[in-house]
Amino acid sequence: MPIRIEHMSHVYQPGSPFEADALEDIDLTINDGDLLALIGHTGSGKSTLAQHLNGLLTPTSGRVLVDGEDINAKGADRRALRQRVGLLFQYAEYQLFEETVYKDIAFGPKNQGLTGDELDARVREAFAKVHLPPDTLEKSPFELSGGQMRRVALAGVVAMQPRVLVMDEPIAGLDPKGRDELTDVIRELHDSGVTIVLISHNMDDVARIATRVAVLDKGRLAMLGTPREIFARGEELESMGLDVPQTVQLCHRLRAGGMEVPDCLTNEELAEAICTALEGGAADA
Amino acid sequence: MLKDITLGQYYPVKSPVHNLDPRIKIILTIAFIVAVFLGTSLWAFIPVAAYIILAAVLAHLPLKLLLKGIKPLRIILIFTFLLNLFFNAGETVLLEVWKIRITLEGLLTAIRFSMRLVFLVSGASLLTLTTPPVVLTDGMERLLSPLRKIGFPAHELAMMMSIALRFIPVLLEEADKIMKAQMARGADFESGNLIQRAKSMVPLLVPLFVSAFRRAGDLAMAMEARCYHGGEGRTRLRVLKLTMNDLYACLITAALIVIVVLI
Ligand SMILES: Nc1ncnc2c1ncn2[C@@H]1O[C@H](COP(=O)(O)OP(=O)(O)OP(=O)(O)O)[C@@H](O)[C@H]1O
Ligand SMILES: [Mg+2]
Repeated sequence: MPIRIEHMSHVYQPGSPFEADALEDIDLTINDGDLLALIGHTGSGKSTLAQHLNGLLTPTSGRVLVDGEDINAKGADRRALRQRVGLLFQYAEYQLFEETVYKDIAFGPKNQGLTGDELDARVREAFAKVHLPPDTLEKSPFELSGGQMRRVALAGVVAMQPRVLVMDEPIAGLDPKGRDELTDVIRELHDSGVTIVLISHNMDDVARIATRVAVLDKGRLAMLGTPREIFARGEELESMGLDVPQTVQLCHRLRAGGMEVPDCLTNEELAEAICTALEGGAADA
Repeated sequence: MLKDITLGQYYPVKSPVHNLDPRIKIILTIAFIVAVFLGTSLWAFIPVAAYIILAAVLAHLPLKLLLKGIKPLRIILIFTFLLNLFFNAGETVLLEVWKIRITLEGLLTAIRFSMRLVFLVSGASLLTLTTPPVVLTDGMERLLSPLRKIGFPAHELAMMMSIALRFIPVLLEEADKIMKAQMARGADFESGNLIQRAKSMVPLLVPLFVSAFRRAGDLAMAMEARCYHGGEGRTRLRVLKLTMNDLYACLITAALIVIVVLI
């Protein structure tokens, strides 16, 4: 179920003094099986773009096609669309409202019309995917920590079994352990066949798990490519207020110090490259 | 969708009206409202309208914006108009159908009352459109501060008002966000009967209240951490000074009152 964005622009509050061009002429295709990382400086339009993918915002101009159909065409079924394209909001922990975690996760599938055993199965399956302690299920969501609440919110979206899952900074503000765990959750979801759009400020995670990277700069699509292609353009990224992953930074320094290593994206890759570069490099690091 | 509320929303441009002293603006708004009610003849609304238009032009406000502030009032307006039209015991009958009698006096009163309402609201909108909320409450505090001597909590009141005003847009934005988040989970806020719709508000209201309380707690803590202890001995960031423009504004408004009374 590819998503195709054609020359899409978005202006907030047009015609008022608060008018803001948030997106300009975005052209982008999200293919099945992608794990597309969307990166960009604060205010570059990432969240705005995310909300176009399931029709929560309507483009000022241009089109968004999901599975070849214009989602903003007259008579398009937005609710059916939102079940195929899930969206986890930025700070999703603030959207919880039910008495128990179970009921909150059930909200989405219930809106899809599920009941009884089917509903129960969906909830438990989604809950299992986010790796929370089992007794959490009957707790009130307001008793949980922020990181746990965010996972409950993720489970609430996953429970709708979307084909495409858009996540707006799901790992921002978590501790290193929570971050690693959630990154694993995202990777597992991706491995299970869900197309993922991941908005993130953390370049290390992007380098580790993304298959493609799109860079937004002031509302424009500035770059698009594999993580390796994108992070090779460190200077351009820096001019947009972005970073390269720590491994790439280290490679730069090593090269500056005279060691011949290519840009590496993961720790393992880096270790190997260093070994090869060292004289008579043994492969075990 | 939640953002189309004019009353209480500041329109950020630079203009001589925006720069007037907030105390003067508050007093002049009250004076303007008095003028609206002083007029007895319908002709009195011409200078009143001219005054509003002049103020809007000087403030670089599109008239459309003022009209938008009146739009939510249309039901009350129509109601006021019809009530006065039908239930006014006048002499000069214009039209009589069955038991309904429309008199000239009734018609005039109906027009007068509706016009008053319109100008009342546009006057108030003009004030809030050209004055940032914080400045507005600042002016109010200063106007009320003589009452402190008799124990009136002017500072506390102004502080509460500015905090409340400050958080209206924040909460609206928050509501918008939560609404979208729930819509992404398939929530439906638009269809269904009254009870279903009221029920569908729960996923919006619970997170909204939780976040409002959280924000209130955080704010109280942040204020205390910065040693806030009430109005006693606090100095001011904005020192207000009257300018010639304030004088002109007063003169124009005084002229309006005189004209309205004379008509
Ligand atoms: N509701 C709104 N009304 C007006 N302008 C808005 C609104 N929401 C966002 N904007 C503006 O649109 C631009 C893009 O905002 P967006 O939230 O998409 O940025 P972002 O890339 O997600 O940033 P962040 O990394 O901080 O989340 C910003 O300049 C912002 O000020
Ligand atoms: Mg954002």
